[in-house]
Amino acid sequence: MEWIHLLIQGVLLGGLYTLFATGLSLMFGIMRLVNIAHGDFIILAAYVGLVVIDVLGIDPFLALLVVVPLMGGGGYILQRVLLNRTLGSDILPPLLVTFGLSIIIQNVLLEVFSGDSQRVNLDNGLDIASIQISEYISIGVLPLIILILSILVIVVLQFVFYKTELGRAFRATSDDQDIARLMGISNKHIFGLAMAVAMAVVAVAGVLLSMRTNFDPSVGPSRLLYGFEAVIIGGLGSLWGTLAGGLILGVAQAVGAHIDPGWQILMGHIVFLVILVIRPRGLFPRSID
Amino acid sequence: MNLIKTTDLVAYYDDFQALYGIDFELNAKEVVAVIGSNGAGKSTFLRSLVGLIQNENQQIQYKSEPIGACSADEIVKLGIAMVPEGRRLFPSLSVEENLIIGNYSKRLGKWNLKKIYELFPVLADKKSNPGTALSGGQQQMVAIGRALMSNPEVLLCDEISLGLAPTTIKDIYAALPDIQADGTAVLIVEQDINQALSVSDRFYCFQEGRASLTGKPGDVSREEIKSAYFGL
Repeated sequence: MEWIHLLIQGVLLGGLYTLFATGLSLMFGIMRLVNIAHGDFIILAAYVGLVVIDVLGIDPFLALLVVVPLMGGGGYILQRVLLNRTLGSDILPPLLVTFGLSIIIQNVLLEVFSGDSQRVNLDNGLDIASIQISEYISIGVLPLIILILSILVIVVLQFVFYKTELGRAFRATSDDQDIARLMGISNKHIFGLAMAVAMAVVAVAGVLLSMRTNFDPSVGPSRLLYGFEAVIIGGLGSLWGTLAGGLILGVAQAVGAHIDPGWQILMGHIVFLVILVIRPRGLFPRSID
Repeated sequence: MNLIKTTDLVAYYDDFQALYGIDFELNAKEVVAVIGSNGAGKSTFLRSLVGLIQNENQQIQYKSEPIGACSADEIVKLGIAMVPEGRRLFPSLSVEENLIIGNYSKRLGKWNLKKIYELFPVLADKKSNPGTALSGGQQQMVAIGRALMSNPEVLLCDEISLGLAPTTIKDIYAALPDIQADGTAVLIVEQDINQALSVSDRFYCFQEGRASLTGKPGDVSREEIKSAYFGL
């Protein structure tokens, strides 16, 4: 019974990791952009959520309706103004620029919000509510909602990618930029839209994170690491793989934490390394690459 | 009326100059061939026309408007489409999706999915397959169909017979009259001189970035073409 409990807790934790990973996966999949500032964008979104909830006095879940478009629009502008200029045959410029962004975001957040740990409290007690399944097994309501939302995000993205014109343009641009341009697809605009979609997912991840755990300006890089691990476990370019990667990482951490609280993070890294050694391309790599 | 006219067109890859002043014309309803050996500048010329290489704006005119500095995604909207060398289908898109994305520019005209499947019936049975799972000839048909889906007034074909069996080449060239039927001008780039000259109204022979010879296939002797082609 204990193991079932662990499994469930891990899967619930993995929902959040899936969201961390999805944005990264999108950026790399479409633009070959490795975003070192990804974790810091998640924390930025959490702070934006904090401000929105505070200023508008609305329910944290409703705050998503404000933070998602805000981050998405910001992502489009960031891509068009800054990141598009870094993309090319050389992979170093985007790494350096996003590394710089990471430092800037952390320090601006520190300056504005101080280094104090923050958390969004849910008035209705949702954050501590749980469903008792049996004597040993209970499911936290908030983690369950987060897991459901993260699966929903994957389902929506899957639909966008494989059933819409925008998705076809994303895939075509990812396959072959020059030929996509010959079809009339402006790659700069498509990259802007891809970043907007990725940042919208980042916004969801940030706001949900702010409800679930404490955060401060310095915790972004470790979210980036979890995101990277989930993406690589799942296999690049596959959305369902990213979900699987997030869940596996979550379960690994839950098992690690059970063995010894100090082992939570370490166990995640170990599982990541083992999978990297056994299947270097991840569990569900895209067949064509 | 000329659709495309280049005047003293030059093109560079970084420091390397690939084209040295090309004067070229393509008129409505014409089939024009550009022949030349490897490295003569044929593909560079096509890449310049479609905007994958940026040029001086005035050096390329389309319907008397300068387009040399336009980007590729703008040029297809004006009505110039290219079948790229090596077909270059999108591997993560199915055959039908490859065709649909050809009409991303939303240009109106006679070509649609149904018409493409009539032109190349073999594609209709394979529309759900990934584009790259087809034979070379069928992939070339998809690449041509994809370009036609933008309803171009000018169709540029880069080495469409390269690597294909002679019977397949014949099948593909058999589609040419249908493509031209509504006045679409076609520019064919080939290394295979006989193939190119047999279907074209006029030709240009490129040699080391210059047009070394131009004329009508019937008016020029084999010897002249040979010397222009090899630079003898």
